[in-house]
Amino acid sequence: MSGNAAHAGGFRPELVCPAGTPAGLRTAVEAGADAVYCGYIGPTNARNFPGLNFTREEMAEAIDYAHARGAKVLVTVNSFPPAGRFEEWRRAVDDAVAAGADALILCDIGVLEYAAEAHPGQRLHLSVQAGASSPEAIRWYVHEFGVKRVVLPRILTVAEIRRVQEAVPCEIEAFVFGNIGMMAEGRCALSNYATGRSTNMDGVCSPADQVSYRKDAQGNLNSRLGDFTIDRYGPDENAGYPTICKGRYNTPVGRCKYVFEEPRSLNLVPLLPDLVAAGVTALKIEGRQRSRAYVKAVVSAFRRALDDLAAGGTPDIAALSALAEGRRTTTGAFGSKAWR
Amino acid sequence: MDIVMGPVLFNWPAEQWRDFWFRIADEAPVQRAVIGEVVCAKRAPLYFDLLDEVIERLQAGGKQVALATLAEVMSDVDRRTMAQVVEMAEMAEIEINDVSALWLLEGKPFAVGPYMNVYNERTLGHLMKKGARRFALPVELPARSLAVMAAAATEHGAETEVHAWGRAPLALSARCYHARAHGRTKDSCQYVCEEDPDGMEVRTLDGRPFLAVNGIQTLSYGCVDLSTRVKELRGLGVSALRLSPHSVDMVQVARIFADAAAERISGEEAHARLNEAGLPLPAANGFFHARAGHEWVA
Amino acid sequence: MILKDVMRTFAPPPLRRIAEDGPRALLPPPALLRRLPPPLLPIQPLLHRIVTDIARCHPRLFTRLGDSALRRFLVDVEELPFVLLLQPNPAEPRFTAHHRHRVPAHDVRIAGTFEALFRLLDSEADSDALFFSREIVVEGDTEAIVALRNAIDDLEGPLTEDIAAAFGPLAGILRRLLAALRTIFGEKGS
Repeated sequence: MSGNAAHAGGFRPELVCPAGTPAGLRTAVEAGADAVYCGYIGPTNARNFPGLNFTREEMAEAIDYAHARGAKVLVTVNSFPPAGRFEEWRRAVDDAVAAGADALILCDIGVLEYAAEAHPGQRLHLSVQAGASSPEAIRWYVHEFGVKRVVLPRILTVAEIRRVQEAVPCEIEAFVFGNIGMMAEGRCALSNYATGRSTNMDGVCSPADQVSYRKDAQGNLNSRLGDFTIDRYGPDENAGYPTICKGRYNTPVGRCKYVFEEPRSLNLVPLLPDLVAAGVTALKIEGRQRSRAYVKAVVSAFRRALDDLAAGGTPDIAALSALAEGRRTTTGAFGSKAWR
Repeated sequence: MDIVMGPVLFNWPAEQWRDFWFRIADEAPVQRAVIGEVVCAKRAPLYFDLLDEVIERLQAGGKQVALATLAEVMSDVDRRTMAQVVEMAEMAEIEINDVSALWLLEGKPFAVGPYMNVYNERTLGHLMKKGARRFALPVELPARSLAVMAAAATEHGAETEVHAWGRAPLALSARCYHARAHGRTKDSCQYVCEEDPDGMEVRTLDGRPFLAVNGIQTLSYGCVDLSTRVKELRGLGVSALRLSPHSVDMVQVARIFADAAAERISGEEAHARLNEAGLPLPAANGFFHARAGHEWVA
Repeated sequence: MILKDVMRTFAPPPLRRIAEDGPRALLPPPALLRRLPPPLLPIQPLLHRIVTDIARCHPRLFTRLGDSALRRFLVDVEELPFVLLLQPNPAEPRFTAHHRHRVPAHDVRIAGTFEALFRLLDSEADSDALFFSREIVVEGDTEAIVALRNAIDDLEGPLTEDIAAAFGPLAGILRRLLAALRTIFGEKGS
């Protein structure tokens, strides 16, 4: 468990890792996660996929397991309760507090208000789903609800992150690997437009029961979401999950283009030294919907990269590329403004 | 039920923008107009010097005027634009579309735009404590949630609006998709979004119309039309119907909704008239019915 | 013990030979294997044993599946002369082999090489990565396949080890058989 021990040298950021299942959580902790984030089964978290997430009992066990090994558990209640259904989210907050969560990751103003009032001592983090991308927005959440940490949207450059960090009275958590958020988080109804299930309210983007793959006569694989073809892969092309923002479309100025973004994964290993220098408190790996093998590989690689970095070495990134969507990685918005 | 003309989401030439609002001021049966830049801070300087005269004209036409703030605030330009708009709070009520504005408003009364995530009565209640008086509800809220929200707002003396016509705003991004389509970046866009006064069409690879791109914003391809649900919306306690401007005769669109709201014509007749007056786009009301947003439920 | 009895009763000489000579004795070259008329009868009790044992040891697997436990999963291992049908209904789990010319009705089809599916079963490989690289093809009820993937992913330790363990005294032999299959097909696939 050397990964969980604080480094003797200077400041070392916390490695925050995803867990879709209890076994995933144990894998992440063993691979060197300082903290693991996970959510309850159902719409109260933003990765509401079939077969994924934790029962109340599993969460309590998982928290005990992590605590016994010096790792933290951050419980996500990071979707938006639609009017008339607040009770479910209230229960998720209460249960996570009772289970001993080290922090709750929240995004809805109503849920934040409830958590701050009902559990005044509980540490609250602002989810990326809140889409707080300016110092003013972050200050408001800190002032209103005593938020201790904000998870930044994946739309800022490292230079901008540094400026935000300097301007806000809380910790910063930044994504370093995984799915690249193309649309401003928490403000995207694309999936609902195509499927009738809301990313914000149901906690799922591109719900699996609306996804289908069809082979056509030419041997192409068509990936569809609801009634819409999101992409078409040639026989030798790597395929992807049909998320609307990573599909290919026709526009009046181009045919078969990635109008929004290509199916690439975010990989900030090359920018790690800059992120750490920018004062980021925690580095987050995306992928609660990914497998344990992914968690193990990515968490171990980042553990090594951070340890190498702390020891003054150069981190190695090649191993991470195979796990990336479409097998390619990018520094996304973090590298430069040209991405926009 | 009031009719509200929402902000122009697209990059129209400054004169066209001004003349549009002048005509709304003089002719449209709307009680409220929301103006200002919601989508892109780079567009603001193109017409912000016309804000004064437009506000004046609208107020002279008996319209309440609100100034919308940007839906996404991230860069220094965004933050400056946001601060600039909030400073105009003396001239018109501010309609906030991002939490940043709450920090700047410091307790002044305000309206809440549809880009704020106000999904439940508790969030609505919290924002009312902060000075919110009016809520344009998120476009994806289904009828059963609209009912709860309208009741909660009415109980506290606030008003609610529902997006009743126009392409549905679906997503925001840090990246400009108009610039990307033309091989440019947001910083070097040369305002290419002005080529598409109603957004740039996005079709699936099998040719099915799907979405529309407007700079950093993604809209529905279909045109939301709740004209056949006006009676129901009134029954739910919704205070106003919001129309989102397109490059068609919006005065006519407003008249049709005003007639439907006053029950001078049936919802079905309103829908038929809108099909003639509006955009040649498929109508959609799926969100209202808790179905896929692109669907039309007759 | 039960299995031994089952094998004595049902197993034709080839299966008895594995117990005696190890897995390689059984296996013809892969190309030939694919063309041979498959002896399904002896396979069925083995499959039944596997699925009931997993159901007993891992009730949570079925909870995680939710409604998808009622779906029918067709597992199509490229190198095998037959296909497998998994029905993980906790009330009556079934796992059966079928001739390729009589593919049974199913809700989901998961196809891939022995190597790819084996790695998936053991959570050794990231199934997303396998799928993105087209090593595994899924068709049909995507919700069910996602649920199954996630449910298997929550199992501690390799599932193939559980399968082997289900065979009690024959576990060692089965392990060797699986390893041999993997070596043979893995080499071919890579």
